Amino acid sequence: MSVAERGLFGAYGGRYVPETLVPALDELERGWAEIRADASFQDELAHLQETYVGRPTPLYRAERIGDGRRLYLKREDLCHTGAHKINNAVGQALVARRLGKRRIVAETGAGQHGVAAATVCARFGLECVVYMGSEDMARQRPNVERMGLLGAEVRPVEFGTRTLKEATSEAIRDWITNVETTHYLIGSCVGPHPYPEIVRELQAVIGRETRGQILDAEGRLPDAVVACVGGGSNAIGIFAGFLGDDGVRLVGVEAAGAASLGTGRPGVLHGARSSILADEDGQVADAHSISAGLDYPGVGPEHAHLRDTGRAEYVPATDEEALAALHLLAEREGIIAALEPAHALARALELDAELVVVCLSGRGDKDLAVVLSHGR
Amino acid sequence: MAAKRLSVYLMALPETPALAEAAVAGGADLLEIGFPFSDPLADGPVIRLAGERALERGMRTQRCLACLAETRRLVGPDVPLIPMTYASILEAHGYERFWADARTAGATSLIVADLPLEAAPEIPRVQLVAPTSTEERIREAAERTDGWLYLVSVTGTTGARATVSGQLEGLVERARALTGVPLLAGFGISTPEQAAAAAALADGIVVGSRAIQVAEESGAAGLEEFVASLRSALDAVPAPAG
Repeated sequence: MSVAERGLFGAYGGRYVPETLVPALDELERGWAEIRADASFQDELAHLQETYVGRPTPLYRAERIGDGRRLYLKREDLCHTGAHKINNAVGQALVARRLGKRRIVAETGAGQHGVAAATVCARFGLECVVYMGSEDMARQRPNVERMGLLGAEVRPVEFGTRTLKEATSEAIRDWITNVETTHYLIGSCVGPHPYPEIVRELQAVIGRETRGQILDAEGRLPDAVVACVGGGSNAIGIFAGFLGDDGVRLVGVEAAGAASLGTGRPGVLHGARSSILADEDGQVADAHSISAGLDYPGVGPEHAHLRDTGRAEYVPATDEEALAALHLLAEREGIIAALEPAHALARALELDAELVVVCLSGRGDKDLAVVLSHGR
Repeated sequence: MAAKRLSVYLMALPETPALAEAAVAGGADLLEIGFPFSDPLADGPVIRLAGERALERGMRTQRCLACLAETRRLVGPDVPLIPMTYASILEAHGYERFWADARTAGATSLIVADLPLEAAPEIPRVQLVAPTSTEERIREAAERTDGWLYLVSVTGTTGARATVSGQLEGLVERARALTGVPLLAGFGISTPEQAAAAAALADGIVVGSRAIQVAEESGAAGLEEFVASLRSALDAVPAPAG
């Protein structure tokens, strides 16, 4: 099979990158295939997930906000560094080590992936450079400071939208320039093949755990599983546990102003064909969301395929709806969620379903300034 | 030994046809016309910024095609004219429709910086190879390419550098061993000295970022003078012995 045909999810995915990167992607694909078949890698990953990341994370029943539904929260906010991003970062650090790459570049929007990348680089003794849009640096200050403390270099991206889209482009340009020494630690299930597959596999631990936990707690599968979708890595991770269960509705919730699946069109961004926010000429449009982690005009190619096949459905939530859900969860359950999963919670609270699981992908400490500035 | 070929890259703008005419008067053998894309992964700051400004001035696909047609009218029928862009533009326009429209406007081939070698075989284009390319990929690129191979002379993005990359020599040697198609080196070539150094290895060169800067700073007359200085440097490159 040629590169153009590998790594496809229906009509999406593939590899749309400058030639310079193709051999590195081939190397990554081979390295990944070797390492995932290697029992010592799986053991080391499992050990790190347990002792370093803090897995398994709890599945918590939120009794005071279900409003007649039995609503469970998969507590990825309790992972080390405060979000699911660490699941992927730990795994890719092991891959980088296997490939002999001592330098890591990463992009970050909300800063959660940047912090996760900086964390694993500290843990494994790797050099770490994180690209972050200057607008996101202003609205996610605590995460910028955490990355510094962890020894990473945060490089501001001062052009274009100054958010995740440009940060991703700059991280890829850095990788093109330093490809011999550097592993690109992409933070979501986006990018050229084999990244969407690697990130899905590393995040699938969320879905595996959730499936076992809900069966233990309820003796049956949920009616619906709900997760927020920016690039879509926490969603693809939790969905992975239920893809074969036709009775389980899979619901992805996008920011209304960044609904790549809801209002996008087929296009090519950051190395893959997917559903993107773009105009009729293929120029990528600006996304808008209160949540830096969802403020992205693209989405993982597998989500575009799941939408087209009807296996998953994708709905929007507005900034205001996410803020209201965030306040409700804080006041009724004593949990301060990040703005990203607050979008998922907002839609979950309206679903016509009895037993619902929401992926609470991260905690809200980073969002305090934004949330407080909006008042109640 | 044929003369070294000189390709000049310009961003599609309303003034570009006149600039292209000046570049040809200065001695350019072929012209690449950039169709701007919002997220150009292969480009460094100069071309990225030029693309942003072009988009602000409304240079969407239809206007870029009109710019191409006007360029063809001004430079006459013989100069190869090659739009260079990204896959998203072709995806939105339709791959075959894009090539048909570009050809109608006077294009002789295409360069698509992020379209993999294996994709869209029905669309003729100049293939790029890089210092990281394997022998297998260089051979395949040479078989599929339309007329010449574009050697990305450095692992990096477009833009001026202090010296010609040390990676170019190895890439030229590997490519020569695999193919007889002409090899034009680009990325990081901006001065007559660098042009001569790169052309001593390859069959020609591509100058992009610096040409855009010169055109912005000193217009058509300045560009013609700059291209003429590159032309003289290339013409002074001694033919290989034997």
